Amino acid sequence: MDQAVTLARAASAPPSADDSLPPTTTVSLIVENMQCGSCMGRIERALQATPGVASARASLTAKRVAVTFDNRTTEPQRLIDALDRTGYRAAESVGSADESATARADDLLRRLGVAGFAAANVMLLSVSVWAGHASDMDQSAADLFHWLSALIAMPAIAYSGQPFFRSALTALRARHLNMDVPISLGILLATGMSLYQTMRGTEQVYFDAAIMLTFFLLIGRYLDEKVRVRARGAAENLLGLKALSANVIGEDGAVRRLAARALEPGMRIQVAAGERIPVDGRVLSGATHVDTSLITGETVPRRAAFGEMVHAGTVNIDSAIVVEATATDDNTLLADIARLVQSAEQGRGHYVRLADRAARFYAPAVHILGAVTLIGWLVAGAAFEQSLTYAIAVLIITCPCALALAVPAVQVAAAGRLFSKGIIVKATDGLERLSDIDTIVFDKTGTLTRGEPSLANADAIDDATLAAAASLAIASRHPYSRAVVRTARERGLTFAIAEGVIEHPGSGLIAASPRGERRLGSASWVGIPVAEGADAHVASLWFRDGGNAPIALHFEDSLRSDAPAVIAALKQAGFRIVLLSGDRIDPVRAAAEGAGIDDWFAEVRPDGKIARLEALKSEGRRVLMIGDGLNDAPALAAAHASISPSTAADVSQTASDAVFQGEPLAPVIELLTVARASQRMAIENFAIAIAYNCVSVPLAMAGFVTPLIAALAMSLSSIAVTGNALRLRGRRLTLGKGSAR
Amino acid sequence: MTSLVWLIPCALALGLLGLLAFLWALRSGQFEDLEGAGWRAIQDEEPGDASSPAENAEKPRPQ
Repeated sequence: MDQAVTLARAASAPPSADDSLPPTTTVSLIVENMQCGSCMGRIERALQATPGVASARASLTAKRVAVTFDNRTTEPQRLIDALDRTGYRAAESVGSADESATARADDLLRRLGVAGFAAANVMLLSVSVWAGHASDMDQSAADLFHWLSALIAMPAIAYSGQPFFRSALTALRARHLNMDVPISLGILLATGMSLYQTMRGTEQVYFDAAIMLTFFLLIGRYLDEKVRVRARGAAENLLGLKALSANVIGEDGAVRRLAARALEPGMRIQVAAGERIPVDGRVLSGATHVDTSLITGETVPRRAAFGEMVHAGTVNIDSAIVVEATATDDNTLLADIARLVQSAEQGRGHYVRLADRAARFYAPAVHILGAVTLIGWLVAGAAFEQSLTYAIAVLIITCPCALALAVPAVQVAAAGRLFSKGIIVKATDGLERLSDIDTIVFDKTGTLTRGEPSLANADAIDDATLAAAASLAIASRHPYSRAVVRTARERGLTFAIAEGVIEHPGSGLIAASPRGERRLGSASWVGIPVAEGADAHVASLWFRDGGNAPIALHFEDSLRSDAPAVIAALKQAGFRIVLLSGDRIDPVRAAAEGAGIDDWFAEVRPDGKIARLEALKSEGRRVLMIGDGLNDAPALAAAHASISPSTAADVSQTASDAVFQGEPLAPVIELLTVARASQRMAIENFAIAIAYNCVSVPLAMAGFVTPLIAALAMSLSSIAVTGNALRLRGRRLTLGKGSAR
Repeated sequence: MTSLVWLIPCALALGLLGLLAFLWALRSGQFEDLEGAGWRAIQDEEPGDASSPAENAEKPRPQ
């Protein structure tokens, strides 16, 4: 990591700092389809073949490639183009926030290594001493071994234990108790007392327990950090791939490609048909239809002509337009939504994690037990030193090793299982919050539905006509045309692109055929009077083959293939299902009926969605919001837990706890199932830890705990909880009835 | 007993050697891409072969 940090620093240094070398920059490119080992070689070679590239190093785990290049001869966009020619979709990484998280994970790993080394060597000496009790080891040899243990363990603990000490100090300064307070106390007291007893030459030496404790706890801490790094990296990859570049028209009329985040108000931007509009702006030339479903949830495209406003994130459907970027940061639609998200997040309040809730009871209980032991032995007439030794033994044995390892181990197992199914859990407490929801609120467009139109009346159209229409439609990028092509392919029809097909933007497609000309497009395009075909509610396209009567093609945003089944399963598991949509009443009713949802609301504004969630919350319900649009983002942030599909708007993905990929809705069930199972398992692990304490604490209080017993108990309980957590990996799970709480 | 005089330093030195090896590996970034490192070992092409990268890169590739 140190290397990467210095690299980044070298890149940010001004080029003039070192004149002897060419000025180089290092960028991190996300490569979405880097899937196998041989991809790495191809990607690296393709980049190295690009002029100006000094080095390229791919990482299969992160699906990224770090490229160092001479910034006088090339630029990131050219690297991306080079990868594109090789068949890889790449994008520049947007965030560098995960650098510090990676550095933290590496730091923990280094401390873990030191603790591991020390634990192994101290154990070696301790085992000799234990064995020596049974045979003939004399006191001087035992003393020597204890001193050696002290020399190894103390520096190691001072270094490796820092994460716990620091966290405990922070908590104490804020006058509350967290898990790290009893941990730090346990480690420090065990070390201090062992040093004292070593000087006196007794056998109450717990260096092995102290260093093992540090080692096991660091494993838990490292796993926790690792899950976080991986989730954040994966989430950033998803967002980075959507980060756009835009064709900016310069003063001289030349078109340059710029990254979307480098755009400024006043720039003129050319948006080709099928492209996502990168900025809020006003149409300068051209007229088109715009798909606003990601913003408003509405499925029927809206018309945008000269002077009208278009918003970032919408898709230009018909024809190329030129947009002048108008928005300054504060008055974009995006900024409005971001403000709503922010206030909604504040309203959610602070969720207290299970481990912290446990610590609230555990930490005082442990300290009271220690005090009771001390006072009890004093009252019973033991010497002060003896009583103190027993009291410290209690603190060592109750040190929440199993607890601190239990939750991270479960999370690693759960996150790994979900990751392999294309689900990324982003928030660290996301699984916990997902486990205790009882109401699910769905958005319609893009969440319950696919978010793209599909042919509704396909059954009424015969194969030959469909194939003929598809041969025209394949030439266009309009969503309706794509739907026609998709339906034709699903039926297994064969068709080639029609000869001489021409697209007239905004109207339709035309091609010559033996029986006259074929037209596919709007009503007026095929020669139907506008009055007859202007039914906006039935989004439709017309197809006319020569002299035949025109055939209407109706479109709808169809449900995800498994939506009804998923809704039924969720209902059966006892969830209350609600549909909230910004779309008009008719399509929302249709979707609700299709999916089997009785409780639905249409034409709901973003603040209306929040109000609905508040109402549900005041009924005492814990709500899971599933949505994708920009208009859902505030609701996603306000809900108890939230999920969005990977096709969702950036803001929505950022606001939600988990992101799922792919067309089926089934990952929602998997996610809820795993969340509940992992919560159950975390509680099981707490039970194991408590059961172990029930046995060992009375022993410690009675003064029977020797260093050998302490070390054994520590290791066994840690192994037990980790083993329990790993069961989550391969087990078959079903979504049970009722809440997990 | 006298054997301890050299046995214990030996054990410690070996352990320390292991620790240093681990810290070196961590520093040189060997834990950064655990998945990819496994694949690099079985690749046919020379990883550092910069002499003819262009022609390799131009080969058509099954998607």
